[in-house]
Amino acid sequence: MTTSTLYPDTLQASRQRRQLQLGLALLAIALVAPFVAYPIFLMKILCFALFACAFNLLLGYVGLLSFGHAAFLGTGGYITGFLLTRYSGLTPELGILGGTAAATLLGLLFGLLAIRRQGIYFAMITLALAQMTFFIYLQAPFTGGENGMHGVPRGKLLGLIDLKNDLAMYYFVLAICLSGYLLIRRTVNSPFGQVLYAIRENEPRAISLGYNVAAYKLLAFVISAGIAGLAGATKTVVFQFASLTDAHWHMSGEVILMTLLGGVGTLLGPVVGSSLVVWLHHVLGGSVLGSWMGTILGTIFVLCVLLFRDGLVGYVQKFVRRNLR
Amino acid sequence: MSNVVLETRGLTKEFNGFTAVDSVDLQVQQGHIHALIGPNGAGKSTFFNLLTRFLPATRGEVLYRGKAIGTLAPNQIACQGLVRSFQISAVFGHMSVLENVRVALQRPLGTSFHFWKPASSLDRLNQRAMQLLEEVDLQGFATRKTVELPYGRKRALELATTLALDPQVMLLDEPTQGMGHEDVERVVELIRKAAVGRTVLMVEHNLQVVSSLCDRITVLARGKVLAEGDYPAVSANPQVREAYMGKEAAHV
Repeated sequence: MTTSTLYPDTLQASRQRRQLQLGLALLAIALVAPFVAYPIFLMKILCFALFACAFNLLLGYVGLLSFGHAAFLGTGGYITGFLLTRYSGLTPELGILGGTAAATLLGLLFGLLAIRRQGIYFAMITLALAQMTFFIYLQAPFTGGENGMHGVPRGKLLGLIDLKNDLAMYYFVLAICLSGYLLIRRTVNSPFGQVLYAIRENEPRAISLGYNVAAYKLLAFVISAGIAGLAGATKTVVFQFASLTDAHWHMSGEVILMTLLGGVGTLLGPVVGSSLVVWLHHVLGGSVLGSWMGTILGTIFVLCVLLFRDGLVGYVQKFVRRNLR
Repeated sequence: MSNVVLETRGLTKEFNGFTAVDSVDLQVQQGHIHALIGPNGAGKSTFFNLLTRFLPATRGEVLYRGKAIGTLAPNQIACQGLVRSFQISAVFGHMSVLENVRVALQRPLGTSFHFWKPASSLDRLNQRAMQLLEEVDLQGFATRKTVELPYGRKRALELATTLALDPQVMLLDEPTQGMGHEDVERVVELIRKAAVGRTVLMVEHNLQVVSSLCDRITVLARGKVLAEGDYPAVSANPQVREAYMGKEAAHV
């Protein structure tokens, strides 16, 4: 027996068709966007979207609130920056790979220490570990401390394509972020994702079915950390610098806002949420309201939690489901 | 006695000086449906948690097929064929009914950590999952979201999920709790069917269920074994009557 005989054909097919249409439309927009908008700005959105998606893998699909994801974003950025600055022969994709690997390892370390704790204790341990990481980056000589790490070369992709060209850089970043997104999507819809879902729904029952729950959570944490590192690494190559901002706990807070605003536990929610937040920073940053940024974001956060618990994408999904049934 | 499959020796659990389970010696025979009864607060659920290591014991040991399992993690115990259910129906609410059973079936495939494989790689388990659903009369609900099922059906689904692991010993914690009359009868029949070739240890309040289903009964009161035997023996025991119904009833 296959799924098609179990699920009403038309319903599933139409849902898949709708998803495919939406995906293609978004891809088309992403492909032409750099001709309409400023590529650097778009790349910033893409990097944060990937970061938020990585965070959402944990919060939305495992039910773990990490308050230390800035450490992975920062580590990806610093290690990539360090590698590309120190070893001039290194191509950018290898530098990014190195940064991602470092963030993945740090994720394994954090995960091993935190994963058996629940709820607020888990959040607090991740926060504490991320703060330790922050202070290491503040003091370590290679990061440039508060001045940040400047002049990271973009280099040539595979030694062939010059990434100083913003358009080439944009499509490279798009490819990275899309791959990261698809990896998360697959993770959620995999045998592993099924077990994660079961754990989130009823952890004691998952244990009684023989699953080593901590190991599954740990793997999800490591994947999430690695992809957050990938986002940070890519961001460093785009902007050619890495700074403490990315490793600061503000960043861990902001990614929560991005995810909640867009819709936690939806695949596209973090993409929408992060685009909005980055856009708000862009618009407000240049205006008289710039110094009110924290207040405005805080207000949005409160409204979001009080009125739109499902976030924007969650809200739209509910609406579509209700009206297309 | 060689056909004892599950045994406890002096099993004890203390919470800050309060002894919830007090040196319990219990032997469950292979193939039996064994009931654990007792008034509220007798320590039945705690005892279950000790058997499956959801709680660590203060003293004493649990032997499963002759081996002490005190050092295993709860999930490892499940992997060895000693599988428990819970007092409150334990299902995965937002998964479909079929997926609930499938998530129990997928572990032996060994692909449960494979985050790069599509979930459709699990479709080959659908047929077996449907068989299990048929056994508990849920085949018509396969695609439904589990939260939408009525309570009795959820308990049936939980049983199907447990059976998916093909356990040697099933520990059922109040399988008929909170059910209407018809549901109770259905679940009793399901347990009777599921118990063929297996051993069942169940906590149960409904004495009618116990009398019709169980081969042997252990009565717990205040954490201690008060009596043990078959239903007529246990129900005639004055101490048991006292524990259940108060002092006067014991003399009736």
